[in-house]
Amino acid sequence: MIPYLLRLVVKAAVTLFAIVTVTFVATRLSGNPIDTFLGEGLTEEGRQALISYFELDRSLWHQYLAYLRGVLSGEFGLSFVDRRPVTTVVAERLWPSGQLLLASVALTVAVSLPLGVLAAVYRRSWIGSAVMVVAFTGYAVPSFVLAIVMVLTFSYWLNWLPVVGNGTWAHFIMPTIAMSGVLVAALTRFTRNAMLDVLGQDFIRTARAKGLRETRVVLKHGLGNASITVISVIGLQIAGLAAAGSVVVESIFSWPGVGQMLVNAAILRDYPVLQFGVIAVAVAVVAINMLTDIAYALADPRIRLARA
Amino acid sequence: MASLADPILRLRRRTSHKGQGADIIQKIAMVLAVLLVGAALFAPLLTPFDPLQQSLLSRLRPPMGFDRYAPGHFAGTDELGRDVLARSLHGLRLTLALAFAGAVIGLVIGGLLGLIAGLRRGWAEDVIMALVDMQIAIPFTLVALLVLALMGSSLTVLIFVLGIAGWEQYARIVRGEVRRIAAQPYLEAAKTAGAGPVYTAWRHVLPNLVSPLVVQFTLALSNIVILESTLSFLGLGVQPPQPSLGSMVGLGRDYMPTAPWIVLTPAALIVLLTFTVQILGDWLRDRADVRLRER
Repeated sequence: MIPYLLRLVVKAAVTLFAIVTVTFVATRLSGNPIDTFLGEGLTEEGRQALISYFELDRSLWHQYLAYLRGVLSGEFGLSFVDRRPVTTVVAERLWPSGQLLLASVALTVAVSLPLGVLAAVYRRSWIGSAVMVVAFTGYAVPSFVLAIVMVLTFSYWLNWLPVVGNGTWAHFIMPTIAMSGVLVAALTRFTRNAMLDVLGQDFIRTARAKGLRETRVVLKHGLGNASITVISVIGLQIAGLAAAGSVVVESIFSWPGVGQMLVNAAILRDYPVLQFGVIAVAVAVVAINMLTDIAYALADPRIRLARA
Repeated sequence: MASLADPILRLRRRTSHKGQGADIIQKIAMVLAVLLVGAALFAPLLTPFDPLQQSLLSRLRPPMGFDRYAPGHFAGTDELGRDVLARSLHGLRLTLALAFAGAVIGLVIGGLLGLIAGLRRGWAEDVIMALVDMQIAIPFTLVALLVLALMGSSLTVLIFVLGIAGWEQYARIVRGEVRRIAAQPYLEAAKTAGAGPVYTAWRHVLPNLVSPLVVQFTLALSNIVILESTLSFLGLGVQPPQPSLGSMVGLGRDYMPTAPWIVLTPAALIVLLTFTVQILGDWLRDRADVRLRER
């Protein structure tokens, strides 16, 4: 168990190190950051002063080490837009994003598990096909199209729901659904496949032979065993998909979260905020992935023994 | 009339029925694919209007069949009086071209890295597979945001971003297939018969790779269409005045209460495109994968 955990931690650390390095390389590839980000209205003397202040005249290797030192001591600089520490800017946007994420995952699980089980049990009838069409639609419709169509229908046409903000529970409806579309598609497919694998096992036949009721066979013996796979998918795939989805959905509904902040920072070229935001989201996704792997190993002895 | 061979007979019957022909939805998707590609290729011939031509006298005109319809502008006009249909068709053209370029770049990068990882074991394989794991772990939309913000949203940068969006899937497939094939007896036989590495790769490895790669290419195409239109929608992809389906939806958002046709036409085209490509991709996968057919 311990060697397996160590491997997971090392893997997460290497991934994070790579992300930090990629953000460094990306900023340096795009040219001198002073020219890119401060640009106009700067005298030649001021420019030289800034270059030597930020040590941009030193070697790339030196700059990289200085950058790593800053990252390790939590120094990510100030926002170009409002001059506040980027850590503060990101921190105050975590909770709104977290709320939306939790709501979307809750909705996704509530919809996908029953749909996936139905699709597996009735895979040869129209019910199974209908469920797979729903899952398929979730993949094919981009979240911004789903959001736009909902806004058009429920806000402008029917006048039922508010478009921007996160004040009341009504504000949650459309962003949550827009976020969940692709998540439902992914999780329904995985649930169906996991259920099909489990339902083909010998112990399911044994359970039926014992005379158990079919609902009990499917839910207890079937879903009970499939749930390990399903939970790992929620942790491994859904976290990444949700992070990508929040970028789009939050900026459409002016949701004051990390996703909207990233898009604004990208458009305004507020590079310290963008850099730290990407690192923060990556840390969150990698951490969720690692915790999922650990939980998976704890739940299933076959995994930790096989891989250790 | 039960016999011992029944299960096998049933199996054979099922496999010969499924996956051979296409069902009605798949046939519709094929027709749509031809129509969409045709519309993209011949966009300048299909509409008399220039997608960039402004006409301030006929701004925000609705599509055919509504009041204030401006004759000739079948899908209406936008806030600058530009023809929505012409912009949508040219946007489709650009979106498809970008998606194709991105998918080809991903195929080349991922295919080569997968080939190296599959043929050369040891540290090269470890490094490549670590890169694959990393690409899977990081939400790619964030990387795209970072790169586009830093390097500016030119078409070159956009193609580069779309190209590296999905390379890891190709790498995984090629590595897996190469390792599987390397263990086959016929490869041993070819080597014994004196076949060189290039001949073996061309004659024995490549033909086995074609069908999984075609499937992955099709599925990647639809992912890249969604990524491109999402980035353009956010204002970080294709830059105005050049029309792309995503940027038309993004820019038309401000006029949604009064002129919903500006966003609905390109949005419908995006959905039509992703549906078509995904149905074809699924169909190709079912045909290629015998194990899936059994389900």
